[in-house]
Amino acid sequence: MTAALDVKGLTTRFDTRAGTVTAVDDVSFSVEPGRIMGLVGESGSGKSVTGFSILGLIDEPGRVSGGQVMVEDTDLRTLSPDALRSMRGRKVSMVFQDPMMTLNPVLRIGDQMAMAVRVHEEMPQAKALERARDALGIVGIPSPEERLAAYPHQLSGGMRQRVAIATALLHRPAVIIADEPTTALDVSIQGQILAEVRRLADETRTAIVWITHDLAVVSSLADDICVMYAGKIVERGTAEEVIGQPRHPYTRGLLDSVPGQHEPGARLPQIPGSTPQLSHLPSGCPFRNRCPRATQVCTTLPPFTSTGGHSVLCHHPLEVS
Amino acid sequence: MTDAVTTPNIAPDEPVGPPVETRVTRLKNFWSDFRQSWVAIGALIVIVTLLLLSFGAPLVAPQDPYDMAMLDWLDAFLRPGTEGTGGYVHVLGTDNAGRDMLSAILYGLRTSFTIGLSAGALALTIGITVGLTAAYFGGRIESVLMRIIDLQLSMPAILLALVLVALLGQGVMQIILALVVAQYAYFARTTHGAATVERGKDYIEAARSTPLPTHRVLFKHLLPNVMPPLIVVATVQVASAIALEATLSFLGVGLPLTEPSLGSLISNGFKYIHSDRYWLSIYPGIFLMITVVAINLVGDQVRTVLDPRHSR
Amino acid sequence: MFGFIISRFLQAIVVVFAMSIIVFVGVYAIGNPIDVMIDPAATAEMRARLIAQYGLDQPLWRQYLTFLANVAQGDLGRSMVYNTSVTGLVFSRLPATLELVLVAIAIATIIGIPAGIYAGYRPKSFASKAIMALSILGFSVPTFWIGMLLIMGFAVELGWLPSGGRGDEGTFLGISTSLATANGWSHVIMPAVNLSLFKMGLMIRLTRAGMVEAMQTDYVKFARAQGLPDRQIVFKHVLRNISIPVVTVFGLELGSTLAFAVVTESVFNWPGVGKLIIDSILTLDRPVMVTYLILVVILFVIINFTVDIVYARLDPRVRLGGTK
Repeated sequence: MTAALDVKGLTTRFDTRAGTVTAVDDVSFSVEPGRIMGLVGESGSGKSVTGFSILGLIDEPGRVSGGQVMVEDTDLRTLSPDALRSMRGRKVSMVFQDPMMTLNPVLRIGDQMAMAVRVHEEMPQAKALERARDALGIVGIPSPEERLAAYPHQLSGGMRQRVAIATALLHRPAVIIADEPTTALDVSIQGQILAEVRRLADETRTAIVWITHDLAVVSSLADDICVMYAGKIVERGTAEEVIGQPRHPYTRGLLDSVPGQHEPGARLPQIPGSTPQLSHLPSGCPFRNRCPRATQVCTTLPPFTSTGGHSVLCHHPLEVS
Repeated sequence: MTDAVTTPNIAPDEPVGPPVETRVTRLKNFWSDFRQSWVAIGALIVIVTLLLLSFGAPLVAPQDPYDMAMLDWLDAFLRPGTEGTGGYVHVLGTDNAGRDMLSAILYGLRTSFTIGLSAGALALTIGITVGLTAAYFGGRIESVLMRIIDLQLSMPAILLALVLVALLGQGVMQIILALVVAQYAYFARTTHGAATVERGKDYIEAARSTPLPTHRVLFKHLLPNVMPPLIVVATVQVASAIALEATLSFLGVGLPLTEPSLGSLISNGFKYIHSDRYWLSIYPGIFLMITVVAINLVGDQVRTVLDPRHSR
Repeated sequence: MFGFIISRFLQAIVVVFAMSIIVFVGVYAIGNPIDVMIDPAATAEMRARLIAQYGLDQPLWRQYLTFLANVAQGDLGRSMVYNTSVTGLVFSRLPATLELVLVAIAIATIIGIPAGIYAGYRPKSFASKAIMALSILGFSVPTFWIGMLLIMGFAVELGWLPSGGRGDEGTFLGISTSLATANGWSHVIMPAVNLSLFKMGLMIRLTRAGMVEAMQTDYVKFARAQGLPDRQIVFKHVLRNISIPVVTVFGLELGSTLAFAVVTESVFNWPGVGKLIIDSILTLDRPVMVTYLILVVILFVIINFTVDIVYARLDPRVRLGGTK
């Protein structure tokens, strides 16, 4: 099966006054149709920038400086700006974190969605609105006809996020990049949206990249997981492999600091230190000065080692039991 | 369990936010950001030069334009670059009373700066007091004070100043007073706006919950955080005070010509606009324009640098 | 919506009333107009007669009440200088000022908004920096000085345009206005440009700031992620959003343009109300000052009132209320 999205060696740099910062460093992964890939990392790890880089939506002073982004059979990186624009929303679309901000507050839901329909397919407004209504129905919005005439502020946060997802789905894209779409929502709403997304992926065969910092969410939702640290993917595998048998010390640390799986009252383990600033990375392995397993060799860049589909970027990976 | 309470869930030696800035580093950062614009640097140099020249006018200027004894009717309307009876060259010419234009301009600039800076400083002080009082006490005090401010701000400053000067009479003190009354409201609104945003934040709540006296919370905690927008407003308002004074003098309700400000000099020159005696109005006008624009350019860069959204 | 209008209307009446007191007291505290009007050699008897004739011997509160009673009958008093009805005087001057303000606002909008949009859309380009530099000039250089330069350049040196005054009036749609004749336009264009520069600078900055801010919002990023071209994002998404603050400030500035006309009218000798107020301040013509100031207050209140309603029309969040 060909992958819906195949990213190879994607690199994005930002030119700041302090120098050039590599926010996305040689990132590679692929997602097959109908599968959900969780892209996990702390804030500042470059996971959102990866999402924007895939769509070619990096603004000054940033730029995608290398790599390949294959969506079905097209390399987005080789397209002209206009051809790339016509891919966005049609072949690959994106959903953002805060549903309060992603919809234009002064335009009706229907008008916003119809605009997104008609930019890629010529059709009368009435037909575009029908398409929008159907999309709202698909994501489980009750009485979609009425919602078309509503303004964003008249809907709840969960509803707005559904509208955003419906908008992303309008052209049945091969790939949807979801940038923490449930972080701003209540836990109960979050559960509903996750179930909906799972169903959509299965039914529409859309490949989904689910960007999040929440391991609990990905472990219940994702088929595959990539763990990002300081712009690099440090571990990649199926959800069972990464969650069940993490090999990178960082992944281990993340999993250990999730509350709930420990004895009540016990001190929660934590990763010492904090996410490094990208402009002040240590040489070699970026995790080494927070890593319990670091040795002298970690001052050199570690290689990617794989067992089956499970890869890890580490000199001293944890043993598979 | 006390252990769990006192230890935050983050590594204690690594602060989460940006590194704490001391006052000195903040100033250094400000300067290094400010420097980025050569236009702003140029404007700053211009302002400093003009300040030195105008306040040093008694030493620099070839003539004291206040001293009627030094004026000679024979020198009237000399073209720029002509030598007068005083035995020196009038670089910018002379006016209808034989006043050396360069001297008059430098003295006038001094008056303009004095008026602009004192009006700005006074308006700032009053504005901060009113704005902070309103924001800190809230309730009825706030709504009454802000209603007055809004009402006043809906009147254009020029009109207010015009009526006030007509009411108070001509003179430097009167003009300063009129400008202060016309301008303090801008500071009050800015202070109030910034302070109400800050008021909602936790650190003020925290400071208030301690037995600190009110004025300490106001001036030690609230004020430093509302300073950045105030600095920007202050630069703009000093420029606008200078422009306003010039406008009032031009309209004939400001300073008399015996006390030259840039406005009264231009106003005087305006009478001769249809003859070819352009230098009477053009030169003071150029100085006025350069002064006001330079202050605004500096203010503009300060705004850019202090804007929290401004990327470092 | 109806309740909103009613409450705003009542507020407006209170403001006008309060301002009329302030204006009256303020203006009547200025000097003694009799000293200006009367021949210094006049006898004390003549003086007293004149004072009594203008009611200046009455206590201030009684003068105010008399004033209010007269206002209720549409009589704002007689000008002490022109010796005609003040209402007639002010309204005869008003069309000239409105003409000037209208043309100035039109110029500021037609040039300012597109320039601001461009400067906000491409903030780093050279053209944008030039636009911003000009806008700084526009609202920092005093109006009267630019007006003077315009006269020197276009009237004195080049001789293309008249240096002042209002041109011939013509009739357009039953309204007598100088905008109906070519000669009228040749007179109005220079003062109008002069008056517009400040507003134009403001317009550019406002539009640009709104534009820059809007281009960084999530809804713009979301629209880009849907493949919308920039042109559509700017004109369909962003413009609608930034029009709200722009219309608000613009409306509020309409009033201040009227006030700023004072300066421009003086420079260009334009026979409007602004010139009238300056003359009346210089001659302490109290009834004219009071009438003008109250007129300005009323105009301001009407403008604010209208802006509030337009604002509510434009922003669905205000118009429809609803959840946050």
